[in-house]
Amino acid sequence: MSENVTTSEPASPEAGQSGTVVRPNLVRRLLKNPLGMAAAVIIGLAVLAAILAPLIATHDPNTASLTDVLIGPGENGHWLGTDSAGRDIYSRLVWGARVTLLSGALAASVGIVLGLPTGLIAGYFGGKFDGVASWLVNVLLSLPGIMVLLAVRAATGPSVWISMIVLGVLFAPGFYRLTRTAVQSVRNELYVDAARVAGLSDARIIARHILSVVRAPVIIQASMVAGLSISIQSALEFLGLGDPLVPTWGAMVGDGFRNIYRQALNLVWPMLALAVIIGGFVLLGNALRDALEDLEKVKAKHRTDTSARGSLGSAPPVEAGTEGILLKVSDLGVGYPQSDGTIKKVVDDVSFEVNRNEVVGIVGESGSGKSQTAFTILGLLPDNAVVTGGSIQFDGNYTVALGDDRVPQSRLVELRGKRISYIPQEPMSNLDPAFTIGSQLVRPMVKVLGISKDEAKQRAIDLLASVGIPDPPRTMAAYPHEVSGGMAQRVLIAGAFSCDPDLIIADEPTTALDVTVQAEVLDVLRELQDRVGLGVVMVTHNFGVVADICDRVVVMQDGRVVEQGAVRQILRDPREQYTKMLLDSTLEDKEPLTRLLVDAGEGSA
Amino acid sequence: MNTTTDELLQVDDLVVTYAGKGMFAKGVEILHGVSLRIGRGETLGLVGESGCGKTTLGRAVLGLAPVTGGRIEFGGKDISHATRKERQALSRDLQVVFQDPYTSLNPAMTIGDILSEPLGIQGITGADARQRVRTLLDRVHMPVDAMDRVPREFSGGQRQRIAIARALALEPKLIVCDEPVSALDLSTQARVLDLLLEIQENIGVSYLFISHDLDVVRHISHRVSVMYAGEIVEDGDATKVTTDPDHPYTRRLLLASPVPDPDRQAARREERLAHTAAMGFEVA
Repeated sequence: MSENVTTSEPASPEAGQSGTVVRPNLVRRLLKNPLGMAAAVIIGLAVLAAILAPLIATHDPNTASLTDVLIGPGENGHWLGTDSAGRDIYSRLVWGARVTLLSGALAASVGIVLGLPTGLIAGYFGGKFDGVASWLVNVLLSLPGIMVLLAVRAATGPSVWISMIVLGVLFAPGFYRLTRTAVQSVRNELYVDAARVAGLSDARIIARHILSVVRAPVIIQASMVAGLSISIQSALEFLGLGDPLVPTWGAMVGDGFRNIYRQALNLVWPMLALAVIIGGFVLLGNALRDALEDLEKVKAKHRTDTSARGSLGSAPPVEAGTEGILLKVSDLGVGYPQSDGTIKKVVDDVSFEVNRNEVVGIVGESGSGKSQTAFTILGLLPDNAVVTGGSIQFDGNYTVALGDDRVPQSRLVELRGKRISYIPQEPMSNLDPAFTIGSQLVRPMVKVLGISKDEAKQRAIDLLASVGIPDPPRTMAAYPHEVSGGMAQRVLIAGAFSCDPDLIIADEPTTALDVTVQAEVLDVLRELQDRVGLGVVMVTHNFGVVADICDRVVVMQDGRVVEQGAVRQILRDPREQYTKMLLDSTLEDKEPLTRLLVDAGEGSA
Repeated sequence: MNTTTDELLQVDDLVVTYAGKGMFAKGVEILHGVSLRIGRGETLGLVGESGCGKTTLGRAVLGLAPVTGGRIEFGGKDISHATRKERQALSRDLQVVFQDPYTSLNPAMTIGDILSEPLGIQGITGADARQRVRTLLDRVHMPVDAMDRVPREFSGGQRQRIAIARALALEPKLIVCDEPVSALDLSTQARVLDLLLEIQENIGVSYLFISHDLDVVRHISHRVSVMYAGEIVEDGDATKVTTDPDHPYTRRLLLASPVPDPDRQAARREERLAHTAAMGFEVA
């Protein structure tokens, strides 16, 4: 199997305290990204050129010289030649950087100034302001931008700045919507409530808790908008709608285009400048997104290993004498590859058996590996999970044989939903909202049991009645959102029993339910299990549930089995300290208002 | 304004109605005239199932839900419709710990900033605030270096400790605990309950402890109120209400919560089935 297997370190409750999480600062992260670095260099150079224009320009950008019209690069002291009016192209490029950058910044600033505060207010307070603002935004969005710009130009004359302000207004809805959505998503977060309880004013709540959420998307959007504004502004200039007295790259492209047969190079320089600067802003936007939004991304290594496939279908016969056992998990290990090449084990050396007509509880706290064990039995592990060792046999055949390093799906497909079924924790998310409950119960039966649709329907109605649903035909016709959580869980239990399974894996089936509903759901499960005589693996963290329904218990901690035994022995006379500590933590039958864990004073939770 | 009492919090006939969506939609009445009182240094457990309105009651006390009838009195003052300004003054005495430690702390702020935020509003800043934050972390048994770290570096139980520390920052008289342990593991739950008890012994704070779990409420409360469909159906001494209740609904709750022993649980199950048969409760 894998060479460097590391056992998951005993995740002590205070594991979080020893780890150091680096919070790198934004600028450093941005510059570490080669694209971000490139964008920063491009924009930095352009800004520098714009600032130093009076110093580094060799000529006045607007001085025409009829003697030097359209000369090539290097002639007469003109590094890049001159345009159709004899103006120095290099100097115009440098001065043009000013206009270009300022116009991008202006449009983005206007957009932010208009869109951000209104979006904050509309998102945070909602109500009438939100209604009016959103209506205005819709009006703005439905205006054809280029027509507005042309109309404004016609009305106010050729000014770069006015057209950029108008463009900013047209971009404001984008900022508004972005901000409003982001604010709405955090407006009801508990930490905002906590700040309200602390007596913070709305202004301070927005400044401290809300603004940080919209900062990243707004910065990214601003970078994109700046690039876009530059291209629109240049397009206007190219069409000759700009101020002829202001040197701009767009106007230079226009001039170059008109004289393309006389001095083709004149078209190249401003185009190059535009392409590079717009590309720079787009790259900056992307790099900012990477730096701000994708904080921790551990790439899942795609394994090309086919050893598991090699062993498919050729599972060896199980050990003699164990054929009769319904489910036998032996020395099972499951892990996840880490970015440093090691494998973090979440299930380690786990062994237990389940017989027919027996309910085995797997108990443990979060991170104990109990659910991972259940999912391995079902073959429902994520793609990157690795079986690091051990085997699972079901009714005399291996589903995971020794040496398999993932769960062979071909073997599980034959069993899952047919002989092994599953009851999940969240009933609602395990029913498809687009289909009626009836069709979700009937289709598997038709497919697996090969019975007719009418037969399956009758069977579904009987099953729903047996799980205590008062009016089965009505529930059959209902969609999942039309029934309560308790009802949905009953439906899933009915579904789990519908195809006559031999084994049911129940993963915290009552955790999401109210206690009165939990009691009834457990009644249903117990009664059906008794009647059909199948085996059940019950994953839970609740010792009351264990006491209610389980025959045997497996206690897990940090991926390992701590101890296992008959339910009475484990609950009344546990051998291991960990089990004792867990039982001490239960509240039933304890002296009220006294400490529960007096001796366990580790001082951390 | 009113007669002075020993009660710290007094809720009388509280009605909370959420406005309906749309202009002419009718509002939804969540609480239909709820009354309760909490004395100084006392814990009142408020127990009920999902949707019964227990969280709404807590939020109304905190000023986060609209009070449409009745009154809430805190320290002898009517706070049913306190303004933001009055709330700011109240926040010194009235605090909250929410259920979900993952969303109740701002992920972008360091623990130090989170804890000093309420201090800043009351004018405690700089070195004083830092010293106070250190004391707070110590009180909830967290290391002092937690100050410079962000919430995601901590486990659920640790975050809940930090949330408790934030609630304690201004030495409040009452903390509304809204299901503070239901998202936690069993042993973590025990540690957090121990911590809450320890804090109460040390500073004499009162708790309004909201939970769906009768066992938790029995363990931490002096008195218990049981809520069902927006009304309080039973209240009284914690042990009495949670072990030998009078109201059939409380009885049903009690009999439904399983005990960690197979034989006692089997007996309780029989009793529950008999009770259900007798009361004729419909299926949930």
